[in-house]
Amino acid sequence: MAEEKKAEYWRWTEARWTNPDIKWQDGKILTAGVDVGSVSTQIVVMVDGKLYCYSNMRTGSSSPDSAKNGMNWALEGTGLTVDKINYIIGTGYGRVNVPFAHRAITEIACHARGANFMYGPTIRTVLDMGGQDCKAIKCDEKGKVVSFLMNDKCAAGTGRGMEVFADLLQIPITDVGAMSLDVPEEPPPVSSTCVVFAKSEASSLLRKGWPKNKVLAAYCSAMAHRIVTLLERVGVEKDFAITGGIAKNIGVVERLKKELKIDIAKTQLDPQIAGAIGAALFGKTLIEKGKT
Amino acid sequence: MITAGIDMGAKNIKVIILEDGTVKGKALTPAGLDAKVALETAYGAALKDAKVTKADIKHITATGSGREFVDFANDNVSDVTSAARGAVHFYPNAKTVVDVGAEEGRGIRCDKNGKVMDFAVNEKCAAGAGAFTEAMARALELKLEELGPLSLKSTKAVPMNAQCAVFAESEVVSLVHAKTPKADISKAIHDAIADRIISMVRKVGFEDDIVLIGGVAKNVGFVAAMKRGLNKDIKIPTDPEFVSALGAALEAADKVKAGGK
Repeated sequence: MAEEKKAEYWRWTEARWTNPDIKWQDGKILTAGVDVGSVSTQIVVMVDGKLYCYSNMRTGSSSPDSAKNGMNWALEGTGLTVDKINYIIGTGYGRVNVPFAHRAITEIACHARGANFMYGPTIRTVLDMGGQDCKAIKCDEKGKVVSFLMNDKCAAGTGRGMEVFADLLQIPITDVGAMSLDVPEEPPPVSSTCVVFAKSEASSLLRKGWPKNKVLAAYCSAMAHRIVTLLERVGVEKDFAITGGIAKNIGVVERLKKELKIDIAKTQLDPQIAGAIGAALFGKTLIEKGKT
Repeated sequence: MITAGIDMGAKNIKVIILEDGTVKGKALTPAGLDAKVALETAYGAALKDAKVTKADIKHITATGSGREFVDFANDNVSDVTSAARGAVHFYPNAKTVVDVGAEEGRGIRCDKNGKVMDFAVNEKCAAGAGAFTEAMARALELKLEELGPLSLKSTKAVPMNAQCAVFAESEVVSLVHAKTPKADISKAIHDAIADRIISMVRKVGFEDDIVLIGGVAKNVGFVAAMKRGLNKDIKIPTDPEFVSALGAALEAADKVKAGGK
């Protein structure tokens, strides 16, 4: 039987970047944040508290290898080597398995700190929508966590759920958000919470003749609604920022904005690197306080 | 007197033709893409199996999540009612009925007449339903029927951390990559779903006799995990997936006796 070639619609774009305005050789304190998530891994290197370079790639089957590969890619072409970095902090789901990290800090603390850096000190609520969990975090003007709630038990409302839908509808995950907004009117949200059941529901909507963008609209709106219920339990205070991969899905973000009736802070940076930025900043603070 | 019970489930349609308390015929058809065609097929097959015609049926009672869909039924009863009624027919001492279908799980407390006293349902999450084992069989590249028997060959306990079927699928794939024997993974899968079901049924309480029905009761791995988890005996009727349809047919017979059409 001929094997059908299966396209991987869930695959998102990996990236790396170097700040052309900084020479690491001139820096006093070099720190790195290594955020090994269940789905993606980000490495950020900061020179004296300024973003120098980063990489953002998929997590492989082993956390230590993902951390090493991510670090190699982040440092590619910079001439910088791991041993020259003064302090490295691991965070995320695989934080205890980062071979070159000096310390591990939870991703909750790192995302709040990173959001404070990326979006400014007025941020009071951070929604981190990751690959396999979703966290609603309240923080103060220093990016310190005041309280948080998370869902890490259920795929509904996480990036994994969105990947399942991208695969089902055979739409590249990076196109899902924009396509979902291209509907003449908003359809009722998918009614099943469970991703497994939502998948069957979507299949039956497709059989009924719904176009793919309408099904995506129904799913993005269900996901937004699910996340709103989590946010409401922790309480949403201005300013509000979203980090993590789903922050790039405009279909979910726009619907969240509408349902919450709140503006969402903007950044020029990749919202997926917030955790790694926070980790690198913690590294700098620890060095300055002599607590290494 | 001949009556029919039709259980319109999420995955399969089950039909029982009952004559004076005895099953005359039965049929099971996957609900598939066109439920109307599947329903006609299932009903026709059950009539044929019982060697009767539509005209012989005095009353049809529908049940199951799609019970409203059975437009030719005289009436319908809830899944919980039919499950308890059918279970007590087989085991008159049944006090706790656990019904696990493709997309739902139920725990029911009932009296000796099969009357429902209390119940708990999970219809929101695949982790406590047959859909969980189906997804796991796919992740293990096994047929669903192979999963249960294989789990009985397990020699080592492996932990499953994920509750969600979607996350558990990734976990199973990682376990396979780590060369964990499929038998051990399979046992962990059944323990996981049994845990979910048991914690749901605990809301109504377990009291003997405990009767397990629904399609998932045919899975020997799940039954073993339930027995392990509860440390109690569990009774399982011969065709556990037909118990609700039978319960509906019994309800239909009551209606006729009570003088209704």
